[in-house]
Amino acid sequence: MSKTRKKANDDHWLVRPKTIQLLWRIGIGILAATLLGDLFVTHHPHFGIDGTFGFAAWFGFVSCVVLVAFAQVLGAFLKRPDTYYDNQ
Amino acid sequence: MMTDSISIPPGLILIAAGLLIPLLRARARTMVLLLAPVLVLSMVWQVPDGVVLSTDFMSYRVVLVEGSALARLFGTIFAIMAFGGGLFAINRDNPAELAAAFVYGGAAIGVAFAGDLITLFIFWEVMAIGSTIVLLCGRDNARSAGIRYAAIHLLGGVVLMAGIAGEITATGSTVFNAMQPDTMARWLILAGFLINAGAPPLSAWLPDAYPEASWSGMVFLSAFTTKTAVYVLLRGFPGADILIYVGLFMVFYGIIYAILENDMRRILAYSIVNQVGFMVTGIGIGTTIALNGAAAHAFTHIIYKALLLMSAGSVLYMTDKRKCTDLGGLFRTMPLTCICGIIGALSISSFPLTSGFISKSMISQGAADEHLMTVWMLLTAASAGVFLHAGIKFPWFVFFQKDSGLRPAEPPWNMRAAMVLFSIMCIWIGVFPEQLYAILPHQVDYVPYTGAHVVFQLQLLLFSGLAFFLMLEWLKRSLTITLDFDWFYRKALPELAQWAMTFGGAARRGVLVRLQRRLERFLNEIYRHHGPQGILARTWPTGSMAFWTTVLLGVYLIAYFL
Repeated sequence: MSKTRKKANDDHWLVRPKTIQLLWRIGIGILAATLLGDLFVTHHPHFGIDGTFGFAAWFGFVSCVVLVAFAQVLGAFLKRPDTYYDNQ
Repeated sequence: MMTDSISIPPGLILIAAGLLIPLLRARARTMVLLLAPVLVLSMVWQVPDGVVLSTDFMSYRVVLVEGSALARLFGTIFAIMAFGGGLFAINRDNPAELAAAFVYGGAAIGVAFAGDLITLFIFWEVMAIGSTIVLLCGRDNARSAGIRYAAIHLLGGVVLMAGIAGEITATGSTVFNAMQPDTMARWLILAGFLINAGAPPLSAWLPDAYPEASWSGMVFLSAFTTKTAVYVLLRGFPGADILIYVGLFMVFYGIIYAILENDMRRILAYSIVNQVGFMVTGIGIGTTIALNGAAAHAFTHIIYKALLLMSAGSVLYMTDKRKCTDLGGLFRTMPLTCICGIIGALSISSFPLTSGFISKSMISQGAADEHLMTVWMLLTAASAGVFLHAGIKFPWFVFFQKDSGLRPAEPPWNMRAAMVLFSIMCIWIGVFPEQLYAILPHQVDYVPYTGAHVVFQLQLLLFSGLAFFLMLEWLKRSLTITLDFDWFYRKALPELAQWAMTFGGAARRGVLVRLQRRLERFLNEIYRHHGPQGILARTWPTGSMAFWTTVLLGVYLIAYFL
């Protein structure tokens, strides 16, 4: 057993690679379950598009990607070192 | 003076308690910190509908206390906030900050029960003074941040004052009722309110100032100023269309800037603007359900945002670190602070079974009921963004992320107790929403817990969570800030002034030299004519005098005959 593996196992159980792998699996399982949840409830769409299968899932995901991408672009222009205002 | 069941405005009790605090020793101070808000809360609930306390002031009718469901709702949450903040701050060793915080909270309650524009304005300005002192008691950079904060709020106060004066002149009455922004004066009133709400273009005052407050100061600051602004907007401008657009701008401004931010409490400051944006949008939609939603969201927001800031404040108190790049892995030794922070984060994200779920959804429902498709889509996208920028980002970067090597202990008992109390409230309201719905300004005909709504919200949030972890590389924090509107008054104006001093100085010197030369030449001319050798200084011969006298007499004779 390598030294790094041993060190990883000494750390808190929550940050061990095995736990993280398990958390990803559980997480993906829950995501799939919420998607399937759409089959068991009746949505009352107001606009049409919000009645598509898994609307909240894909819309939420896409919104986050767009927001982060936009923030990156804005950041490219407006980011400064955090000492920017210090010499005043 | 007319009195009914109550002879002193409830807010004044808290202000008096605040002024008493610096005079007391530790034990007595703790008693006042905990008992005064409870007393005020009981008074708030005794205020009946209608005018309760009024007097005449400079020929105007001034209504010090006027009860309504909306006023009691905000009075209640402000008193609860004073209690929770006081409990959290028992071990704060700065009596001036605690005193100012209670004066500030008392003034907010004063605004909630103000029956007319004059009373409202007076308490409004007391809030500005109290909050500035809270801020000045803060960290190293608090002094300059406090001055900028005060400048913006004085500007807001002047704008509001001008609007109120115009309104009173035009209508002859000091009454504060619902209106539309249809005159110059009313636009000014609206602008004064919106400056305190953190609306564009001056939103930057909030993330600039609040994070410079102390670990306890920001808990108070997060609650009163912006939510009093929401209260007066609810009361003064329900259904004003412009508020929809202002609110939507605030919602996305908060998210984008929070995504780019590294300071944990600045992330939460930006998210205040974001959350107030939801409320402002709801007020702009203006239907019963949207107004109820805005009011309920202000109530739940005060609790979970205070909780988030207590969690962040505890980390700051124990580690003296504030940047995400310095933090991480604190869940090991601060599990309670971590769990309370997560409960706050889930509440702000409107997770089912937390308070945010039962309040924010009413605003979205209001947009859907009015068939405002774009507004509804944007609010839904923003709800996903809230989970991204506050719901996961704050706990992840502070408590997990990486092992920073820091092993701080949990904070003192009172800070833990305040966090646990507010965590319980977040979940209690989320599980039993009827109690909050019962005290909202309008009758509630809304059921938050339907299968469809819960599945919708879980999909929205959990897939946003997936997006967060997939894009983690893009969200990694760096030692940067993001320029905002405050750049104009923190950088551009000072540099313009500097430029004017240097270049303007040279130009001024040039102009002065030329002026001096002109003046010298003018004086020389005068000297040439009037000096000892000058033409006008010579002695004139008698003959020429006789000649000119003859000419004058001749002209006179001719003029006479004509």
